[in-house]
Amino acid sequence: MPVDMLLARYGDLAFDSALAVYVLAMLLHAAEFSLGRRLAPLAAPAPVGVLVGAGAPATVPAVPHPDAPAVPPLAHPDPPAVPSGRPPAERAGRMAVALTVLGVLLNAGSLALRGLAAHRPPWGNMYEFSGAICLVAVVAWLVVLYRHTRSGRAAVLRRLGLYVLLPVVVLMLLAGTVLYVPAAPVMPALQSYWLAIHVSAASVASGILLVAGVSSTLFVLRSSGRLARLPSADALDRVAYRATTLAFPVWTFAIMTGAIWAESAWGKYWGWDPKETTALIAWVAYAAYLHARATAGWRGRPAAVINVIGFAVMLFNLFFINFVTTGLHSYAGVG
Amino acid sequence: MLAYLRNSWRGLTSMRTALVLLFLLALAALPGALLPQYPLNASKVADYKTAHGLWGTLLDKLGFFNVFAAPWFAAIYLLLSVSLIGCVVPRSVDHLRALRSEPVPTPRNLSRLPHHASSVVDVPVDGVLATARARLRGWRTRVREEPGGVATVSAEKGFLHEAGNLAFHVSLIGLLVGIALGKLFGYEGQVIVLADGSQFCNSGILGYDSFTAGLKVDGTDLAPFCLKVDSFAAHYLPSGESSSFAAQLGYQTGTVESGPWTPYTLEVNHPLRVEGDRVYLLGHGYAPKFTVTFPDGAQRVGLVQWRAVDGNTLLSEGAVKIDPPGVTSEAVRRRSQLAITGLFAPTSSGGALVTSIYPAPDNPEVAVDVYRGDLGLDSGRPQSIFSIDQGLVDSGRLVRVARQNLRPGQQLRLDDGTTVRFDGAEQWVSLQVSHDPAQTSVLVFAVLALVGLVCSLTVKRRRFWLRVSPRDGTGSVVEVGGLARTDQAGYGEEFTRLCRDLIGLQARKEVEHAG
Repeated sequence: MPVDMLLARYGDLAFDSALAVYVLAMLLHAAEFSLGRRLAPLAAPAPVGVLVGAGAPATVPAVPHPDAPAVPPLAHPDPPAVPSGRPPAERAGRMAVALTVLGVLLNAGSLALRGLAAHRPPWGNMYEFSGAICLVAVVAWLVVLYRHTRSGRAAVLRRLGLYVLLPVVVLMLLAGTVLYVPAAPVMPALQSYWLAIHVSAASVASGILLVAGVSSTLFVLRSSGRLARLPSADALDRVAYRATTLAFPVWTFAIMTGAIWAESAWGKYWGWDPKETTALIAWVAYAAYLHARATAGWRGRPAAVINVIGFAVMLFNLFFINFVTTGLHSYAGVG
Repeated sequence: MLAYLRNSWRGLTSMRTALVLLFLLALAALPGALLPQYPLNASKVADYKTAHGLWGTLLDKLGFFNVFAAPWFAAIYLLLSVSLIGCVVPRSVDHLRALRSEPVPTPRNLSRLPHHASSVVDVPVDGVLATARARLRGWRTRVREEPGGVATVSAEKGFLHEAGNLAFHVSLIGLLVGIALGKLFGYEGQVIVLADGSQFCNSGILGYDSFTAGLKVDGTDLAPFCLKVDSFAAHYLPSGESSSFAAQLGYQTGTVESGPWTPYTLEVNHPLRVEGDRVYLLGHGYAPKFTVTFPDGAQRVGLVQWRAVDGNTLLSEGAVKIDPPGVTSEAVRRRSQLAITGLFAPTSSGGALVTSIYPAPDNPEVAVDVYRGDLGLDSGRPQSIFSIDQGLVDSGRLVRVARQNLRPGQQLRLDDGTTVRFDGAEQWVSLQVSHDPAQTSVLVFAVLALVGLVCSLTVKRRRFWLRVSPRDGTGSVVEVGGLARTDQAGYGEEFTRLCRDLIGLQARKEVEHAG
């Protein structure tokens, strides 16, 4: 079936708009970050309506939530009287989140249009795959934010937005320039329903692991005393762990479906192709993270460092393997 | 000695060692992704070695070009497997024991637990216990009595966490065993078959162009089936990228020539599964066909696969080697053997120098050199089917007698009156036959591992305790405490809900909490 060039053009336009909107959102997050006050945990009001202080570290006694907002949280049931409007930082942050939502819609729209234009799942090359990863990463980020909004801790966590959107913007920029390929059918080896299953699992896992990687990187910085405006190290660790536990089975599934697909496309389920080897290395790194998280003496910083390594391997797998080495996976229109 | 062994065993099976081994495994696999590997691309390894001299030779000696067969890589995963078994077996025993044992008694001081709360309610002890029992349905509970009319409830939940964890690790071992069995009893062979009705039978190793056998395969008991490749069709995008490949096959199973050919369309992603083997379409190319007419009128047809030198345009190179007919003398024969070598372009650019601009056979043309002399076919030395022995050319025993570009139907004439006609090109397909009897078990264990992993990561093993003490005759003091065994994250919300249901709803009194 021929490629619908008009739809493909709209898809590319949506991609560019998504990128522009993400950049704007990132700038607003940066404004929020620089305008926001340093956190003063002791001034934080204990939230009403929460029965117990769960999981509060012993080092901060009598304060249920060390990362409790210094500014009124989004979903506060009974907001304290704020004289006139919100502080500028808060306003910038809220605008950033609103723009991020708009960006996600455009990002999803661009993928959908690509898929409709080419009559196939819209992740058949590096350009589309990167777009899909970004979409998942930003959606995962919004989900994290939403969950924290419900428990009234969103305002501080929102400051993470700058750091989540930064890699997303870089990735989208690379995708739109270096990795860009026009909409086209995929090569015979990719014409399989496994493209929909394997690659979508890989992009979902990669996107969520991006959020985990950012959180762990910031955790390492935060726990060494820098970036005091960020959410507490504890909150960052929690986001990283939750994201990794969610993404790890998905990544496992992605590797397994890749093996099943390879069995029918390449002649054996595991052939030590550079891409699958590096995927396995990343898998081992994340397995090490989960083990470290459950081993005395390895929790906290060492575990976070392992998570950062895992993320680095994922990035390496995304770029280096496709550009520098040639394996069976180097179909992506770039090498 | 025994102590030493015991300590080594403990060291090996500790989580710390497992972590280090996991790291080593990741690190050791890295060169497998970064350096060229023999099983994937032997010629790239050769290039790398020439480019890097001594360094390349050293890496080769250390097995860096075949990482996944290197002893040091095997050492890591074997140690990891032993560590895994050493960890999983005692934990399975513990888990079975835990499944049968009762929830542990309530700690004396619940306020020391990470999650705790207490409250005064207007309900007697029995009432609280009844509510607790109802609310804690699905938990393993045990009610105990303490002096002074005090009652405690110990509750546990989330045994699926450890069960999933163990299932995952046991499945990993099963997976490794399956892979090993596949390596022992599996085989893999490649063969090129012309797509003009030519046949291939899986009767022995000799039928293959290349064959990789597992350690327990001697090549005698191959799955009995035959293939006949009737035709091959490829479609290309205007850019020259391929959009589809399909070979029309017929296959027979059982004893050869035993029945009708069952038709099958062999495509990428759609291997033929027959007799426990899989047949894959790996590649394709062209085989130019030449008819050589000797001065005496005798004809010989040369039809041999040529190999692509450019994957995008399928410009191909090769050699057609022909013995003259009716020659009995060895000496004469060695002077008059013919070889037609050169380039084949499926869609020729039409220039004087033959180049291909498109992979489809739209405008085929060959540029051939015809050599005459001794091809060295009886020299006993193996030679490539794609080229002639350059040494024989250099020594003058093989002489070039013609060079010309030919389109289908065109012919060239040699000095002795022999004509060489280019008839066009057939297509060939490269097939791979794979056999892996353990493949299904690998899949089953992979699925089990995934299920176990999901259970272990989503289910949390957690404990909940409740102590009710009578107060003022009709009321009671309720203390609750909670502890998540593996990770505290996520238990907080459930604990809050439990508290709300058990204390908050019974008596809407202020809950004292301290965290």
